[in-house]
Amino acid sequence: MSSKEWPLWEVFIRGQHGMSHRHVGSLHAVDAEHAIKNARDVYTRRNEGVSIWVVEAADIAASSPSEKGPMYDPARDKVYRHPTFYDIPDDAGKM
Amino acid sequence: MYAQMVKSTGKGLVAREDMSFEDRAFQDRIDAGEKIEPKDYMPDGYRRNLIRQIGQHAHSEIVGQLPEGNWITRAPTLERKANLLAKVQDEAGHGLYLYCAAETLGVSRDEMTEMLLDGRMKYSSIFNYPTLTWADMGAVGWLVDGAAIMNQVPLQRTSYGPYARAMVRICKEESFHQRQGFHIMMAMVNGTADQKRMAQDALNRFWYPALMMFGPSDKDSVHSAQSMAWRIKMNTNDELRQKFVDETVPQAEYLGLTIPDDDLQWNEDTGHYDFTEPDWAEFFEVISGNGPCNVDRLNARQKAWDDGAWVREAMVAHAEKKAARKQAAE
Amino acid sequence: MQPLFEFLLRQGDNALVLGHRTSEWCGLAPALEEDIALTNTALDLIGQTQLWLGYAAEVEDTGRSANDLAYLRDAYDFRNLLMLEVPNEDFGRTLMRQFLFDAFQVPWLTALQTSADPRVAEIAAKSLKEATYHLDRSAETVVALGDGTADSNARMQAALDYLWPYSGELFADDETDSAMADGSIAPLPSSLRPAWATTVEDTAKAACLKLPESDFAHSGGRTGARHTEHLGHMLAVMQVLQRSYPGAVW
Repeated sequence: MSSKEWPLWEVFIRGQHGMSHRHVGSLHAVDAEHAIKNARDVYTRRNEGVSIWVVEAADIAASSPSEKGPMYDPARDKVYRHPTFYDIPDDAGKM
Repeated sequence: MYAQMVKSTGKGLVAREDMSFEDRAFQDRIDAGEKIEPKDYMPDGYRRNLIRQIGQHAHSEIVGQLPEGNWITRAPTLERKANLLAKVQDEAGHGLYLYCAAETLGVSRDEMTEMLLDGRMKYSSIFNYPTLTWADMGAVGWLVDGAAIMNQVPLQRTSYGPYARAMVRICKEESFHQRQGFHIMMAMVNGTADQKRMAQDALNRFWYPALMMFGPSDKDSVHSAQSMAWRIKMNTNDELRQKFVDETVPQAEYLGLTIPDDDLQWNEDTGHYDFTEPDWAEFFEVISGNGPCNVDRLNARQKAWDDGAWVREAMVAHAEKKAARKQAAE
Repeated sequence: MQPLFEFLLRQGDNALVLGHRTSEWCGLAPALEEDIALTNTALDLIGQTQLWLGYAAEVEDTGRSANDLAYLRDAYDFRNLLMLEVPNEDFGRTLMRQFLFDAFQVPWLTALQTSADPRVAEIAAKSLKEATYHLDRSAETVVALGDGTADSNARMQAALDYLWPYSGELFADDETDSAMADGSIAPLPSSLRPAWATTVEDTAKAACLKLPESDFAHSGGRTGARHTEHLGHMLAVMQVLQRSYPGAVW
């Protein structure tokens, strides 16, 4: 009786205030339409969102944890990308 | 707790010098408070332990729908009916979030369901007790959810990322559950003599089973040390049980109800209540299948699973036909 | 009984009885996602019950509340459609019933939004959003299960055959309906039959199901003249605490 299991979907929801869609969790559904309906019923019960994206979990391409060093460490010392790196005197006014 | 007596797959705590290079690096990440994510290296024991623990937690949510579901059709007002429905629905949601977290470890939800049904996986002992009066809806919310929250709040910081994130969502949603139960109790103790009697009776029946939720005493818990080192268990059973008693006794006093423990008293020296341990022989009987409702609970889950099989199959068959038709049209 | 009160009881009792039946699924549905979705439907219907029966109680003006109406009337005072009180049987019949009802509710509530009674219009507007989603979901599920496998198709056909003789009651106009239509409070239910039939025919076709040819219709639910035996059992469960402990506050 172990029939085919419903595939796993990842759910992304955009809330009321114009922020980007955010990953909120997963669920099972037979196809995309079903996944959106299930997402509405499972993940917006408390008025959490106004827009839903779903993507089948198997379709997500992800970075590999073993490459964490080369992937993310090189950004660490690029402090000049952050505003606090630049020392501007207060007299220069609001910036 | 919802995951009591999770049998660790290893032989207890592994000493650092006995660890492999990878396992030592893994332990260092945990000690540094880093989150472990699905594709990261993890020792086999960590993975298997987590599957058991999260699975047991998920099963507890799902089986836990039954004792409260027992009263949905008899809820005494439209408001109470809606509150209880929303709460039991949340439990389905929490089971769903937890199954998904476990699925990131390489086990499917259907596999876990089958393991629940054939007895390979367990669920919390508390759900093998019957709900006999409406006051039990109060007692379950107040005591059972109260005890669950005590365990779940620290688990938001557990080492496994998907589990921690599921717990954050669960804790946020669950904050109304205990209050919902206490609210029912307040109405009961302020009601008629019959209602007060029901409330006291519910407390009498649920007090010790609630204490059992935290699992046996630490000195008898062989699996705790490794789980705590891995940060998949955040507090000892006794710590949480004591915290629960300390918080619940004043609430019972507020309600004017008597905790069914003649030896319960405040201990000035320890700053805690002294209390009587639950009957652990009973606990082990319940865990091994001899609780008042074990057979009924599993039969109910089995029936729901079997009755739903044709629906689950038909939905897949329809989706496949739909996809094929779409492809043919292109 | 005054016609407006009678009319409001019909709306409220439909929501109450179907909400109750739907709530019986909680914890037992074929998949967690469907369980949660069904409970959302049940919660919507209980919410609608509170609005309709709350207004009914005000119109009656004898000091009864929505809860009194729900919990302290016996079967012959209920005014719900017979279709809604029959047992769930299985997921297929549950969803088929939901669909047949939703296919009526959407045009019905749409029309009630322009009711001459502003409270009716207001409740209808809120309920319509819920009913629209219910219809979307129930129709899609009926299609999926009708089209799915040979077994699921047979089950859905059996559900449709069983429920069909109960569907005609949706459109059985009576004096209450005439009074509502005369006061521009609600249209005659029979006027919605074409819209309902189109939805049902289209969905049945997509679901590979045959609509029964008989136009025989059971009646007696919305007038209270003759309910099924099932309602009494439902009420015995639903009302047990209110009946056993008169006057208690829960």
